[in-house]
Amino acid sequence: MIAKWLGKVYIGIVMVFLYAPIAVLIALSFNASKSRVLWTGFTFRWYRTLFGSSAIMKAFGTTLALALLSAATASLIGLFAALGIYSMRKSGRRVMLFFTNIPLLNADIVTGIALMLWFVRFLPLGFSSILLAHVTFNIPYVILCILPKLETMDIRQFEAARDLGATTLYAFLRIMLPGLMPGILAGFFMAVTMSMDDFVITYFTKGPGVNTLSTLIYGEIRKGIKPEMYALSSVLFLLVLIILIAVNILTGSKEDKYITKNKEIG
Amino acid sequence: MKRKRMQLLSIPYVFWIIGFTVIPLLFVFAKAATSPEGDATFGNLIAIFDPVHRKALFLSIELAFVSSLVCILISYPAALIIKSSKIRNKKTLQFIMILPMWMNFILRILAIQMLISKNGIINHFLTAAGIGRINIINTEFAIVLGMVYDYLPYMLLPVLNGVLAIPDDIIEASKDLGADRFTVLTKIMLPLSLSAIGSGITMVFVPSMTEFVIANILGGGKIQLLGNVIEQEFSVSMNWNLGSGLSVTLMVFVLLTTLIFGRGDSDKGRGFVI
Repeated sequence: MIAKWLGKVYIGIVMVFLYAPIAVLIALSFNASKSRVLWTGFTFRWYRTLFGSSAIMKAFGTTLALALLSAATASLIGLFAALGIYSMRKSGRRVMLFFTNIPLLNADIVTGIALMLWFVRFLPLGFSSILLAHVTFNIPYVILCILPKLETMDIRQFEAARDLGATTLYAFLRIMLPGLMPGILAGFFMAVTMSMDDFVITYFTKGPGVNTLSTLIYGEIRKGIKPEMYALSSVLFLLVLIILIAVNILTGSKEDKYITKNKEIG
Repeated sequence: MKRKRMQLLSIPYVFWIIGFTVIPLLFVFAKAATSPEGDATFGNLIAIFDPVHRKALFLSIELAFVSSLVCILISYPAALIIKSSKIRNKKTLQFIMILPMWMNFILRILAIQMLISKNGIINHFLTAAGIGRINIINTEFAIVLGMVYDYLPYMLLPVLNGVLAIPDDIIEASKDLGADRFTVLTKIMLPLSLSAIGSGITMVFVPSMTEFVIANILGGGKIQLLGNVIEQEFSVSMNWNLGSGLSVTLMVFVLLTTLIFGRGDSDKGRGFVI
């Protein structure tokens, strides 16, 4: 009995540790006072300054554009790559997965530096260099989401369709694509969140004048935090929640539909 | 089916790998093996033995080790409790516990900074309660706290998956055969979840060891981890060759970590229920 109760308390403490800091950020975004310790009343003022700030809104736009463009590009290349890897023999597959694992396992700081050293040779650092970098670290996540779907798929249906006279393209679009869709969507949305979350690689591949929300907040923290940042935290947290729920609905929530933010491919 | 033709679909990705994974890494190696004047040298690679760099490396390893250990000590009991509880919706509980990993990384550090800074919320309450202030910001403790807060979900994820996946039958059987709780833990639970703990360690240790943002914000720039040294070589000192040399060293340690603790296999470490 006591053990059960202690167990609940323990889980409760872990939850408080995980959520209290986030809750405090969100609470402060509604605090009328600029102080972070005194509650002087409820206000939407910081949300108004947030949406009125051109620097933050510009960074927000850049972040969204990067996330969507990099996720879309990575999904396309990743889908083709997954189909190709799936049809390879063991040795070829092993080589491909080895290289796919490099950006996943390598430290972000090294990936960022490596890309930066290469980009400065032919590209002014800015939006396009960040985009190329984000596509690079996103493709492995897409492959990670699609490959398991391909492996559990019944390929005979596709072959039957081909035998019955369907063109390869038609059979792919009608048979394989619907089956792969949950994996593709999961990969796409994971890429979106990874891109929005990234700081280190963006920090090294961005040029002066371009900011994503992560790099903007980083700069602000060092200068001293303004209450708009709390409002921004709440907005971002809400956005991520919406994305997760959307993925949940779009890909179904069966036991086997997992995606992960961890870095591994078997 | 025409496997050969289907394989060709991965050609764009092969080009992408060459263009944005292989070539950039070759540039790091090339920079690391040359002096700023362009002569071949081992200087940037052995620069890690320089006392300042060596100290930063040891501190990085130490803090990453402590953070991983604390994460295990928090996660494993939590996993055992959830496993033995009668909650019906364990997957949902698991989802809630790892949800914070999707919150923006910088914002989570901002939250910690706000709590523990000199005039932060914790100190405000401590003063109000008459206990007095605690000075933890700008200490190694603050950095470990930030690392644990940031990376705990990465340990919870594989450990919860690993422990929850152990079949109840095996535990029942061992109890029927007379095993006490301690024996069940050491002979059944731990061995069967060892690879999950291993992949958790990799997922916490590697980012902690290569970290510079947490140390910058919560360490006040006074505590230098290897990540900070490398970042400064690129942004302040502008010695890209030395920075690359130290990056190569860092890669070696990342590789060693993955070799020792494994990446976990493709299924066990996974599982973000959505």
